[in-house]
This record gives sequence, C-alpha cells and structure tokens, in this order.
Amino acid sequence: MPRPGFVLDVDRSTPPILFHHGEGFRLEKLPAGRTRVIYPAEPLEPLKNPTGAIRDALDNPIGDSEPLRALLRPGMKLTIAFDDISLPLPPMKRPDIRQRVIEAVLEMAAAAGVDDVVLIAALALHRRMTEDELRHAVGDRVYDAFAPRGLLLNHDAEDPDNLLFIGETEKGEEVEINRRAAESDLIVYVNINLVSMDGGWKSTATGLASYRSLRHHHNPHTMRHSRSFMDQHRSELHSANWRMGKVLRDSGVKVFQIETTMNNNVFGTEGPMSVLQKREWEWTMKDRVSMMGMKAALDRMPQRTRRSIFNSWQAPHAMTSVQAGEVEAVHRLTTENVYAQHLVPVEGQTDILTMGLPYISPYNVNSILNPILVACLGLGYFFNLYRGIPPVREGGVVIMSHPTPWEFHPVHHPSYIDFFDQVLSVTHDPVRMEQEFEKSFAEDEWYRHLYRTSYAYHGVHPFYMWYWCAHALQHVGQVIIVGGDVRAVRRLGFKPASTLQDALEMASDVVGRDATITHLHNPPILMADVS
Amino acid sequence: MTPMPITRKQATRLVRRLPVNRAVSTVARSSSRATRMARTVLIDPPTPAGVERPQRKRNVGADYDTGWARAWPARLVRLAALNLVWRPLAEAFASPTVYGADRFVDVEGPVIFAANHHSHADTPLMMTAVPEPRRNRFFIAAAADYFFANRFSSPLSALFIGAIPVERHRVSRTAIDQSLALLADGWNMLIFPEGARSPDGWGQQFTAGAAFLSSHSGAPIVPTYLMGTDKVLPKGRSFPRRHHVTVTFGAPLSIAEGEDTKTFAARVQAAVARLADEAGSDWWQASRRAASESTPSLQGPDTGSWRRSWAASAKKRRGTYRSWPKV
Repeated sequence: MPRPGFVLDVDRSTPPILFHHGEGFRLEKLPAGRTRVIYPAEPLEPLKNPTGAIRDALDNPIGDSEPLRALLRPGMKLTIAFDDISLPLPPMKRPDIRQRVIEAVLEMAAAAGVDDVVLIAALALHRRMTEDELRHAVGDRVYDAFAPRGLLLNHDAEDPDNLLFIGETEKGEEVEINRRAAESDLIVYVNINLVSMDGGWKSTATGLASYRSLRHHHNPHTMRHSRSFMDQHRSELHSANWRMGKVLRDSGVKVFQIETTMNNNVFGTEGPMSVLQKREWEWTMKDRVSMMGMKAALDRMPQRTRRSIFNSWQAPHAMTSVQAGEVEAVHRLTTENVYAQHLVPVEGQTDILTMGLPYISPYNVNSILNPILVACLGLGYFFNLYRGIPPVREGGVVIMSHPTPWEFHPVHHPSYIDFFDQVLSVTHDPVRMEQEFEKSFAEDEWYRHLYRTSYAYHGVHPFYMWYWCAHALQHVGQVIIVGGDVRAVRRLGFKPASTLQDALEMASDVVGRDATITHLHNPPILMADVS
Repeated sequence: MTPMPITRKQATRLVRRLPVNRAVSTVARSSSRATRMARTVLIDPPTPAGVERPQRKRNVGADYDTGWARAWPARLVRLAALNLVWRPLAEAFASPTVYGADRFVDVEGPVIFAANHHSHADTPLMMTAVPEPRRNRFFIAAAADYFFANRFSSPLSALFIGAIPVERHRVSRTAIDQSLALLADGWNMLIFPEGARSPDGWGQQFTAGAAFLSSHSGAPIVPTYLMGTDKVLPKGRSFPRRHHVTVTFGAPLSIAEGEDTKTFAARVQAAVARLADEAGSDWWQASRRAASESTPSLQGPDTGSWRRSWAASAKKRRGTYRSWPKV
C-alpha cells in the first residue's frame, strides 16, 4: 500500500534535505523549529492489465457518449489527436501510454472498416516532434503504418489552409482549430494527464488551436485570474477553454475523449536514481553511497555530458486509470484520479517557499532549460501546484535552486534568445510585454518559418512562459535563485544567492528573521492542498 | 697405452643414471599409463564368450538428460557464447530488426515463443532477439533426431543453444514433462510449431504442441514471425550469406475458456500469419485485412511448386517506401 504524501516538521534530528539543482543535487540542512517539508505520495499501484483496461474504457464510455465501436463506421473521416512531447515528464519507458491507446483505437477502427484515418500531434505552439519522438509516443507499428503515407502529422498552428475558424464564445474569444480535425466525423483525443491542468477541453481547444485562438487565454489577465491554473474550479484558463469547448460542441465537432493518469514513479524503485524518490531518513547505506557517488561524478562532469545523461532518462511511469467518452464527464473523473496521486493536505501559508528545480520542464524535453524556462518551471508550474490558497503568503519570498545557465537551444528556442536580450532587458511586467512586444514576436516571419519547418517553438512562446509566472510575480515579494548564473538571474529580475543560508538571510529583509519556511519536495510531483 | 680411468661397465652405469634418462623414462611410463587409461575409458571392454551383454540406457536422442545445461556453469558458458559468438554472427549475417517486444512487457512469468521455421539461423536469432531478462532463462525445443543424434551433438546442443530434445514424429511424455517443469520454474521456451524447416519459403501447418504446453502450464504464447532467415541460411546450405532479417513479436495469447488445443493452435497460426502480413506491409494494413478476414495464409497459394516459389520470391519486406515523411 503506497504511503500518502505528508508534511514533515523539521527538527534538529532531520537529515539534510534533497534539493534538485538542474542536472545535479544539493543537500541542505534546513532551519529547525520553523521549517516544514511537503513530501509527495508514493507511486500509486498501476493498473494490472492496462491494455484490457483501455479496451474496457472504450467499450464503456462515461457521460453522454456511445461506445467507440458504435461511433465508427465505414467511409467516415476519423482523426486521432494526441498529446505532444511535453507529456509525460520525464518521457516514459516504452511502450508509451499513447501507443497503447492509439493501437486499441485503431484495432477498433480496422474492425469497423474505417479507411480515412489521420493522426495529429496536438502541439499547439510547441515545437514539432522529430521522427524519434513520434516513434516513441505512438510506437513503431503505428509510425511505420501512417507516417510514410503522410497520415501522421504535427499540427501546424500557422498554416492558414489547414485551419478552420469555428466561431466565437460569448466573451468574444475566437475559436480556430486544425481543419482536418474540425471536418472529421469524429476526433478521438488521446491524452496523458500528468497534472490537473491537462486534459478536458484544453486538449482540443488548445492543442489543435492557432495563435489567433490561443491568445485569448494565454495572456497575463487570464493567468493572474487563475488561482491556480492547476485548480480547474478557480482557473480562468480552464474556464476559457471550456467556453471554447462549448463552441466546438455546438458547431458539431464531435470529440471522443480518452484520458489517462499515471503514477508518481519517476525515478524507479531500483537503480541509482531510486534514491531521489525516497525520504532522506530512509536512505540505506547503498542509497547514501549512490547519492554521494552520483553527486561527486555529476559535479565533475561537463555540462553537456550531464545534460545528455539526464535527457536519456526514461521514467518507469505506469498507468493508474483510463477513462473515455464525453469530454467533461471524463475529465471530472480524471481530475479525481490525478488528485489521488498528487494532493497533500497542508495547513496554512508560509513566509518563505523553497524549491529545488530539476533539469526538465514541459518545454525542454531533449533540450536546454534556459533561464526563461527556469522562471516558468518555478513560478509557473511549482508555484501553481496548489489548491485553495498559495502555500506562500502574499508578499512572501520564493527561493529556487537551479544553476540557471545563460544558455539557449538555438534550434528549439530561437525566439527565447531575442526575448531574453530585447524584452527582459526592458521590462519584467507581463502586461507591458503583451502590449509592446508580443505582436512583433508572434508575427515575425522568421520565427514563423522556423516553427513550421524546423523544430522551433513559436515566436510568441517565451511570452507565454513569462505570463505563466504572472500570478506568482504579482503574489510574492521577492524571488531568489540559489547557485544560479548571476547575470542571468539578474536579467530575470530575481536576486542571486550563492548558498541557501545566504538566500534565507536575504529573505529575512523582506519577511523578518523568524520567518516560516516550507520546502516543496518536488519531483515526484505533488500538489499542496492548502487550507 | 694409458688405461681408461673407468671401465666400460662403469661408464654405462653412469650414463644410465643421467637425469635426462630418468625424465625420458618417466614420460614414457606415464604416457603408456595415459594411453591405457584412455583406452579403458573410451573403448568398451570385450564381452566374455557365453555372457549376454546387458542393454545399456541410451543417453542420446529424446532420452538425453539436459538438466546439467540449466546449472550456473553451463549458463555462464551459454551467456558467453551468446555475446561472443551468436550475437556477432547474427549482426554480421542478418543485422536483425526486432519489432513488437513491447507487446509482452506486461506479462509476468514465463512465455512460450511460437515462431515460424525457415532455417537453422532461426534459433540463434531468436536467442539474440528475445529481450532481457527472458533471454537469460530461455530453452528451446529441438528435434531429438537431429540435434541430439549422437554423443557429440547432444551436449553441444544443450550447452550452446539451451536445447531440450523433442521427438518430431511421436508424442514424447519426457519432453512434455521436462518442458512443463522448466516453464513452472520460470524458464521461457522457444518452439517451432511447424516441426521442421520450411522446404520452399512458405509456412507449414502448426502442430498443437505449443498450445498444449501453454494450456497446461498457464504460460501465454507469444506468436513470432521471422522473416529473411530463409535467405541467410536456407535449408540445404551449410554456410550463411548476408540478408536482412526482421523478428516480429505479437501480443501474447492464452487459451480461452472451453477452447481445445487444436483450435488454440489454429489461432496461434492465424496470429503468426497476421504478423507475417504486418512484416510485409505495415501494422494498419495487416489490422484491416485481419478485421476483414483476408490475411494472406502462411502456407502460400495452393498451386504447383514453381508458382509457389514464384509467389514466395515476390514477398517484400517493410520499409521500402520513403522513411522520412514531411511531418
């Protein structure tokens, strides 16, 4: 029976606590008496027979939907859309959940005599997936059957010929999605729900949308009014996507949603990485030796080698649930299953929130976690992993640990380089950025060309990463990065610190000397349920 | 004339006492002892006249006891042979591509790999294609009349390919018991249900052996299709030649409730036929043909021999179209 997550009150006997630090680790002794550490739950038991569970879900849909078999018929146009490289994190060991689900759907389509089938990676404004990444996601069998015939596509949010304007929501938000998907008799969406923000109408209304449509909810206003965007009942991002979903449904776009959840098994239960998933006082001698060895070796390796080692890690995630059918009914159940793994009850807010940022975020798989993504991972994702109220009080301090190198992937993140140089040197205010700079980046022909033909994120993407931080930037009084590149940290508008002790000392200027501290022991992922 | 300091007799005695002579005589004595021992070991003693020689228990063929080949020393030798001999040879002559190993990752416990059989190259290729850790506990049902025909081939087959003897032309209780015991002990099995190599590149009817073992052991059958091994080492050739080989594993199959082994064997054969279709075209086309029950038969067209050969040569392997689409 896996143990639930819990909150540890740090005392003098508490061992040093693990902080992820990019492609490395720090062990930090936290102040006794005023610090608590939020630990994630242990990985939930996986489904015993995932393939059988998928078939069962397709035959017994949830909500107002017929079984998938009944929706398939000869001569129909079927589009299977699936989540892109940003999910799951880290990429999972083969076979990927998407492969299992897509194969089950295609088996049924073959049995029903469906000929016209197209698969689309629903990547919105993310970079296109490479052949290897697509093979990993959908499996060799599906790739070899569809890609050579041009029937396995990356969604292109900048291709006017392959986008279809559907209509507007009651708030004037334009809905424009992939034409092939919109004109299909049925869209089957294959989702992986890593965190509670994923899935639901966001899958179709965001994953298959164009910039024209996305800008209505990927903006500072929406992000500041999503508290948090991980809590769908208090998320303006969620509401906007649901409004768009209604427009899609009313216009006749038929979606059969398949959502899956996975457990927290990020580093496995065996091998040197398994130590990262254990609580520090439970480390055996073998764990301590492997942590020391790993840390010593990583500290001596060149950055490129470290990055390549971490990028090659594939997590032994396992599926904990699968549900299919009508979008909203499916997503309600999915969210409950996600919460079962992630939610940890926490009482009250803290003055200082600390977090160790790992090497990976949704936007740098097989890439570099550049300074903008460091900010997004900490203030966008980790900060927003709460339900209720933020774990840190208004005006509090966030301390993040990451090397924050002044380094960018030139192929994946070309517009990030210019954003860092030209925008962040002028302002850190998301609203001003949106007003003064966003349009020129979003409509830049060179970025557009790289997004469509190379493997670059869309020109506007770095803005979205900064908007993701908007709620945290508005809420907290100061952000400190421990062990980061000083110039890069200052460019982000944050304070650099060499050690955690220095950072706590600096924080005391804002929140006082006896400030309470809360550390998010993440990853594996946890979501603070703050009361 | 000065007299000799020693007599002839004394000189002879001295020469005989030289160390070299002692060594020669020791070697000669031991060599004759070794020869005697070898003769004693290798050559049967003569049977005295008037005495009836008792019938000895045969230790070749289907009776050969391969239990020792599952002990650690033999497993280590096999592991070394796999990595130092079979794998380099497989890479050099077949450069195999493996598909579908993900289809049985969820299976706990042993499985029975049931593959089509074209060539002697099938066995070493399967030994290298089966993923770890199943590969490390792996045995093969091999024809007793071929691989265990004499006292030299029997231990070599047991040691280097982990074979157990199976009679092809009659049901052998020993082979069944041995297979079931090994499956119960967690060993994975490779069996060629066709019973013999294909004479013309097309498949043969599957026997019910694998289905029987699966139904009695509870181990699922992983249908497997090997394509190209008939080009590497066809029946009748003794030296391999280079040709690309694909190994396609299917989803595991278990006997259904109320199903008899013959029907189950037919289902396994149909699954291998579908894999053959998949290997020749792609998974989606094969799925559609399977759904419309138009999967090409493993046995090929029911026509004259030259037309069968002609049709066999027309089978294509996958991946002949462009490999990098505009996605």
